[in-house]
Amino acid sequence: MPNPSSIKIGAAQIKLLESLCAASAISGQEGEVRKLVMDALKGHADEISVDALGNVLAVKKAAARNRPRVMLAAHMDEVGFLIAGDDKDGIFRFDPVGGLDARQLVGKSVIVGKDHVAGVIGFKPIHLTTASERTTAATIDGLRIDTGNGANGKVKVGDRAAFAPNFIQLGSGRTRTIRSKALDDRIGVATLIELVKNAPPNIELLAAFTTQEEISVRGASVAAHAFNPDLAIILDCTPAYDLPHWDGAENERYNTRLGFGPAIYTADKGTLSDPRLIRFLTETAEAQGIAFQLRQPGGGGTDAEGVHKARAGIPSVSVSVPGRYLHTAASLVRVSDWQDTLRLVHAALAAVKPSLLKADRA
Amino acid sequence: MTDIPAFLKKLISTSGLSGYETPIRETISETWRGLSDELSASQLGSLHALKRGAGPAPRPSILIATHMDAIGLMVTRIVDGFLHVTEIGGIDARVLPGQPVIVHGREDIPGMVVQPPSWLLPPDNDSGPVELGNLLVDTGLPGGRVSQLIRLGDLVSFGTQPVELGKNFISGHSLDNRASVAALTRCLDDLQTRHHKWDVWAVATSQEEETLGGAATSAFQLAPQLAVAVDVTFGKGPGSPAEKTFEMGGGPVLGWGANVHPGVHKAFKEAAERLEMTTQLEAMPRHSGTDAYSMQVAAAGIPTMVLSIPLRYMHTPVEVVHLKDIHRVGRLLAEFITGLADDFMEKLSWDGEESKE
Repeated sequence: MPNPSSIKIGAAQIKLLESLCAASAISGQEGEVRKLVMDALKGHADEISVDALGNVLAVKKAAARNRPRVMLAAHMDEVGFLIAGDDKDGIFRFDPVGGLDARQLVGKSVIVGKDHVAGVIGFKPIHLTTASERTTAATIDGLRIDTGNGANGKVKVGDRAAFAPNFIQLGSGRTRTIRSKALDDRIGVATLIELVKNAPPNIELLAAFTTQEEISVRGASVAAHAFNPDLAIILDCTPAYDLPHWDGAENERYNTRLGFGPAIYTADKGTLSDPRLIRFLTETAEAQGIAFQLRQPGGGGTDAEGVHKARAGIPSVSVSVPGRYLHTAASLVRVSDWQDTLRLVHAALAAVKPSLLKADRA
Repeated sequence: MTDIPAFLKKLISTSGLSGYETPIRETISETWRGLSDELSASQLGSLHALKRGAGPAPRPSILIATHMDAIGLMVTRIVDGFLHVTEIGGIDARVLPGQPVIVHGREDIPGMVVQPPSWLLPPDNDSGPVELGNLLVDTGLPGGRVSQLIRLGDLVSFGTQPVELGKNFISGHSLDNRASVAALTRCLDDLQTRHHKWDVWAVATSQEEETLGGAATSAFQLAPQLAVAVDVTFGKGPGSPAEKTFEMGGGPVLGWGANVHPGVHKAFKEAAERLEMTTQLEAMPRHSGTDAYSMQVAAAGIPTMVLSIPLRYMHTPVEVVHLKDIHRVGRLLAEFITGLADDFMEKLSWDGEESKE
């Protein structure tokens, strides 16, 4: 067994995460993250390829033949915008890509196109609004990206726009927190890069850095088909709704909570996790003394939705770092949860034996 | 010469909410100290900088008021480490979710305004815009640490970073009215090498967003012959009706209405013509919404003028201004001031020059 404390989140991992978060990779145009991933994997994988959907597929072989083939997936894409119209004078209309709440877009900084042209999403001055207007939520149709005179031919209809990079660390010690755009799912991408670099020898590690997760899990399905793995673990970022209830009542729908460790999925809208893998992960965590939480069963989805139904079916489970305010301009994750996620998945990979899937599903 | 864009970015990266202007007053003082002969603060927190004129004493004086206070938030309640806040100045709560802020507790703490999910909100506010009272500020810190560092009444400033939108456009919070502070600084720069007879009181006023109290009391204390409020007005841009807005980069906006003395307005227009500078005209039928409103009725009354810089998205954290407008307002102020003759006040009349003859 490897020493679980030998793999950890340090300054280098945080720096890599920051550069991943600063990239713009709206579903369908993941090139910037793809390049960072390929650079980071250089010299650490036995095979690296890019498939028809833009997924990065990396293979790290086992020390011996016929070892369990384990797929890990993390999606490279993020929610954002597609420039849909040019209103002239540096003002652009946009369409949402992925699940976005228009109320979260007002007054945000964005970067547009390959040149990362700076823009802001403005709003009508309060002085010019009526009381009834102020009780009406903003709609995406009513919002515009304003690039001043910075666009200057560098922005055209069809370009993607992302929330502007805004990575910072808050607090210290056990509760050190990272706040940034696109932590969903750059934190999974950063975790997967670490796992490829530290792949245990008992398995063949099949790493898929996927595309188009945010627009209904397009990349992961074909990656799973290509890899044809024995089992799959999906690394994502899931909402932590651990905020107080308005009247002090118990918050019964928190989904996950910051600081409680990696969130293991039992069931979401797209996937019923393989019970053997749920058991395997929880038992590994308990054996290693790693904190974990079970994500409240319910809505949402991950790449597992596409992976578990690939080919004749692939036993799958998801593990997420909990994050507050996902799909907005800035989300929050705890470094301790990230580290525990990395340790848990690493320990689990090292513990995978061919007998794992011989057990009954029940 | 002051590097105006760099100074402006510093101004909008400095806190100074209405009634608590000390940080921004210190930032402005650093630059104005070298551009004026005397510097002091008023009892209500305004910054007074005197640039003496060359005329024989006792000299008339002109007060240029640019309010330096910013809108923001204040902590009203702390629940499980999350902060409830109220507003300082007029804020549309719809601009708040997801905004980075700085909580001025026992130390400055970065935070973010957050919108709780619908099922944690009261049933009468679980859809549509979330009211200010139901939004929270999340610092990422655990509840115990928050209790040590943050108390009720602590101020919360916007934490948005300045952004350059190409050449000449700058975006950020508090450009209302730090853009005018920058314009007045440009004016003081110009006056270093230009002859002016009148004394000039460059005043960065406090509390404009709440009470106009800074300008009212500074005007009383300094008792100028003329007072000009420099502020921002609505710039043409998405979301704002075209007929209520002014061209970005279209030059200074000259106010016209009850808060504006027609003779001073005319003299400003003439100064702009001497510079061959394009100006825009803003009708201000009643309350101008600026410091001129309170300065006009200070002491026994003061002839006032309003000069404005067009600004997009007023009172949001991504206000936008055009740098050329800032420079032009500064140059126009300097031109007006250098053109003030000893007998300007004797010739000034509410009913125009004809009726004085």
